[in-house]
Amino acid sequence: MSELVKLTIDGKPVEAPAGTLVINAARQVGIEIPAFCYYEGLALQAACRMCLVEVEKAPKLLTACTLPVAKDMVVRTETPQVAAARKAMLEFLLTNHPLDCPVCDKGGECELQDMTFRYGAGESRFREEKLHVVEQQWSPVVYFDAPRCILCFRCVRICDEGMGVRALGVVNRGAHSEIAPNMANHLECDECGMCIDICPVGALTSGAYRYQTRPWEMQYVGAVCAHCADGCKTTLSVRNNQILRGNNRDRSGINGEFLCIKGRYAYDFLEHEERLRTPLVRRDGKLQPAGWKEAIALVAERFRGVKERGGSIGVIGSTRTTNEENYYLQKLARAHLGTNHIDHHQTGDVVSLLDGLAGRPGRLATTADLYNAAAVLIVGADLSQQHPLLAFQIRANVRHHGARVYVVHPHPTREEHGAARLVRARGLAGVESIREVLAGETDLVVVFGDHIKGPDVERLVSMLPESARYVALVDYVNSRGALDMGLLPDLLPGYAPAPHPGLSLQEMITATEQGTLDALWVVGANPLEGVAGCRTFLVVQELFLTETARLADVVFPAAAAYEKSGSFTNVCGEVQRLKQALAPSGAKPDLEIMGLLARQMGFELAPPLPEAVFDEIRRVVRGYDIPYATFVSGGAAQATSVNGHITHCSRPEAIQSSRDSMFTSGSLGRYCRVLQAVIEKDLVEVPE
Amino acid sequence: MIYNEPHPLEVRVLTRRFGLPHSASIDTYLAHDGYKAIRKALTEMTPEQVIEEVKASALRGRGGAGFPAGMKWGFVPRQSPKPKYVVVNADESEPGTCKDRLLMENDPHQLLEGALIAARAVDARSGYIYVRGEYRYLIEILDRAIAEAYQHGYLGKNILGTGLDFDLYTHTGAGAYECGEESALLESLEGKRGIPRIRPPFPAVVGAFQFPTVLNNVETFCAVPWIILNGGAAFAELGTKKNGGTRLFCLSGHVNRPGVYELPMGFPLRRMIEEVGGGMRDGKKLKAVIPGGSSCPVLGADQADIPMDFDSLQQVGSMLGSGGVVVMDEDTCMVKVALRIMRFYAHESCGWCIPCREGTMWLQKMLARFHAGGGIQSDIDLIGEVAQNMLGKTFCPFGDAAAMPTISLVKRFRQEFEDHLDGKPCPYER
Repeated sequence: MSELVKLTIDGKPVEAPAGTLVINAARQVGIEIPAFCYYEGLALQAACRMCLVEVEKAPKLLTACTLPVAKDMVVRTETPQVAAARKAMLEFLLTNHPLDCPVCDKGGECELQDMTFRYGAGESRFREEKLHVVEQQWSPVVYFDAPRCILCFRCVRICDEGMGVRALGVVNRGAHSEIAPNMANHLECDECGMCIDICPVGALTSGAYRYQTRPWEMQYVGAVCAHCADGCKTTLSVRNNQILRGNNRDRSGINGEFLCIKGRYAYDFLEHEERLRTPLVRRDGKLQPAGWKEAIALVAERFRGVKERGGSIGVIGSTRTTNEENYYLQKLARAHLGTNHIDHHQTGDVVSLLDGLAGRPGRLATTADLYNAAAVLIVGADLSQQHPLLAFQIRANVRHHGARVYVVHPHPTREEHGAARLVRARGLAGVESIREVLAGETDLVVVFGDHIKGPDVERLVSMLPESARYVALVDYVNSRGALDMGLLPDLLPGYAPAPHPGLSLQEMITATEQGTLDALWVVGANPLEGVAGCRTFLVVQELFLTETARLADVVFPAAAAYEKSGSFTNVCGEVQRLKQALAPSGAKPDLEIMGLLARQMGFELAPPLPEAVFDEIRRVVRGYDIPYATFVSGGAAQATSVNGHITHCSRPEAIQSSRDSMFTSGSLGRYCRVLQAVIEKDLVEVPE
Repeated sequence: MIYNEPHPLEVRVLTRRFGLPHSASIDTYLAHDGYKAIRKALTEMTPEQVIEEVKASALRGRGGAGFPAGMKWGFVPRQSPKPKYVVVNADESEPGTCKDRLLMENDPHQLLEGALIAARAVDARSGYIYVRGEYRYLIEILDRAIAEAYQHGYLGKNILGTGLDFDLYTHTGAGAYECGEESALLESLEGKRGIPRIRPPFPAVVGAFQFPTVLNNVETFCAVPWIILNGGAAFAELGTKKNGGTRLFCLSGHVNRPGVYELPMGFPLRRMIEEVGGGMRDGKKLKAVIPGGSSCPVLGADQADIPMDFDSLQQVGSMLGSGGVVVMDEDTCMVKVALRIMRFYAHESCGWCIPCREGTMWLQKMLARFHAGGGIQSDIDLIGEVAQNMLGKTFCPFGDAAAMPTISLVKRFRQEFEDHLDGKPCPYER
């Protein structure tokens, strides 16, 4: 903690650590100094001149955004001179501004409007012709209207510093200065939309949102992005049971304001015309629409029949369903259907990590740790493609704290720019080569992908400093939750050993092909893609008619993440609440479908309500007794590690990341038009 | 290669080799004191003594700001383990200013030696001459001089066997006035967009490539060899108090003998016009003078007795600036002067900060309309107020440079603005 400096702002005594900027010191005592270009976390600009303040003994006004506090400094933020300067700046800004607020998407949440309302003049003295430039479309999601731009350069900085993409710059000079994209007339970038989000005015607008609504006509729902395992909070703007926008302007949640293309735009799968709206039952060899009652009764009867004659039922769970659904599914399967054949597609070896860290509590890193650690080691992962939030955190850490980044990967990744060490190798051998350097890192976070799995995980842990914290990367929004909730043949919820391990995912697939399973129940997964045929009674709960669903005897239309409540556990084990944004039309949440089946089969289970199931999870599943207040208030509480050896049958060969890029998202991504639209040339492939 | 005949009243220190045969060649330079100063600085003086000598000379920055050069050198942390740089600001862009080009064209080695002495003073190993984009022809001259200096062992490794290594490079700008501002120049030198940096830190501590840097104008560096050879006191004595030495004044406008003249600091403006410049053209009356380049507030005919040094001009609310003295006679339309100046600044504003970017464009449009007869009464005050809203509020001094002449013109020549009202044609354009 640096030394405290005492100063006075508007007559109020203020104490702030040396180095604090006056604009932030003022905020501490409730004094707002207006600014456009100042943006916490980004490089200082002092370009907009809105934050000019009077400082005693200074010959002229100074910018509070670049002025560090000094001992006995006397600052005044509301003098006539300051007020006149602010008014003057706004008058300058509005000279070439089109003032097309009535048709501007930003209207109602525009910082220029707000500032003019608060500090500006009611009338214009500008009688000259305004400069005009036509609007440009830079990508399917990014539009730029230069006349509205106030040149605060936030977009340029978030793209350079925040994203490491550097796709935006400035061309021309003087009043003709314009923000410009990297490819002459269009953008080739991550299409993350951070530039749009950070734009204080309506200069950068989103192709997905523009001209559809006014901001005050929408409701805002805090959801969790349905795609990757980073689990960003996305605030969905909803009107008429339709999502019109995703962003996180309130900077809440683990991701602050960060979102990538998926969290910001890739909710469009909800309205895809191939979305299943009614149950399907196979009749005369063809899947045909059926009523819920009929379909539930049919499945319940078949399952009961199999159970009664001691047959085998396989259950394959999802990496995208909620913890509640996963828990309920495995309980229903194990305790009521009496099967141990339960598994899901594992994408990272979390189990071996937990096992390897036995006896070392608190060694699982949080999302925040990636921002705060003195050093980060990345092994076998392309974070910018597959875990954009983690990559964002690391970049911010490098920028703000000078963190040292070590990269071990056989292929180029964005993270290696500015890395302290880069090893072009795969897995453990690469780590071995920088072992000595890493030994000196006392505050190290290790992030590893599926290059490290099985016994290699324990070797990795033993190779690195005792104090290191870890993230075992997994692919999808609840990949981690599926593991924690025991969607595994050999492990119960909380990684307790299953007394009689069942068939694994691969074994169930083979058994399905050979017809040695009597029934297979697939919830939110597509395991039979590429399988020749199915000789088993197959029930699938899905959003779309995937390859697996096409083989089914009964298909239940499932609600998507944004259409239900519950919880997700992200890649760092942080549990977050999912709030329902929309009512599903035709479909039902997986939990409800399972509940209907359970009731039809006469099983006595707790009611299929997310809150009730979550309460049970908190009581029963090791590590999940997280603070309830944190959870319900939209925070992220990390589930505590099991801290003991895990008796499991290691199947490293079954653990395989899908290697999605920033523009793909497994089966779900195929139904996101926005993701399809932005892919530039060849499909982006993330190398092995 | 000299542009105007020398005048007997000149005190030729920096220009003393102008007019000699092959004055740009190292042979001529060596035959006339060339590279003696660096030899002295390296063999007889410590770096501290070099800086002290420059301080004693009262040499003030010739780019326009007039900051004491020796003090600026003294700010460089010599003991820092970081590499240090010498950067020559040869981005001479201030309207009315054309002296640095003569110094580089006629006597490039003097500049090289000045930079070399600065390198000795601050322990720099490399330097750059940042040459204005429009001065492309000078690059050839400078590069030739640099090559000669390398051949003769005045640049490169182990200079004069003293162990000093110094490499010097030319770097060309791309035609932006803003790059004459030292921090924008450094950005441009680093290959970035020429926009000014937040200061502090100043270039002496965080300059080129984030390292300590001595950055001065061409004329400033050119004065240094003479100072080292003849002593700071001798240089100081040539001028007035706190304004040491001579200055190259670029006399232009409505005088009979426009040209670049080296005169002692504090030389009276009236004598400069009447004697050195040969008096007003066609016997017209003097109306106004821009004393130091277009960014300085305009002086009226009644102020023509002022001594031309930094402090005297500051006292009357103007500036000595870059030495560009623009003389205007009674037939000059001051509204048009304001417009002409503002057109330049609107064209050159880098666009970084709001008041400069928008203010210059607004003023240009307003003045153009006004001069064309479309002005209304309230415009006159508005022109002054818009300029006032820029003054002291912009990121760099550019905004002040654009605002100050405008404010002074409206204030001093308000009647001429009134004369343009009511759709009347410009009274001076017949």
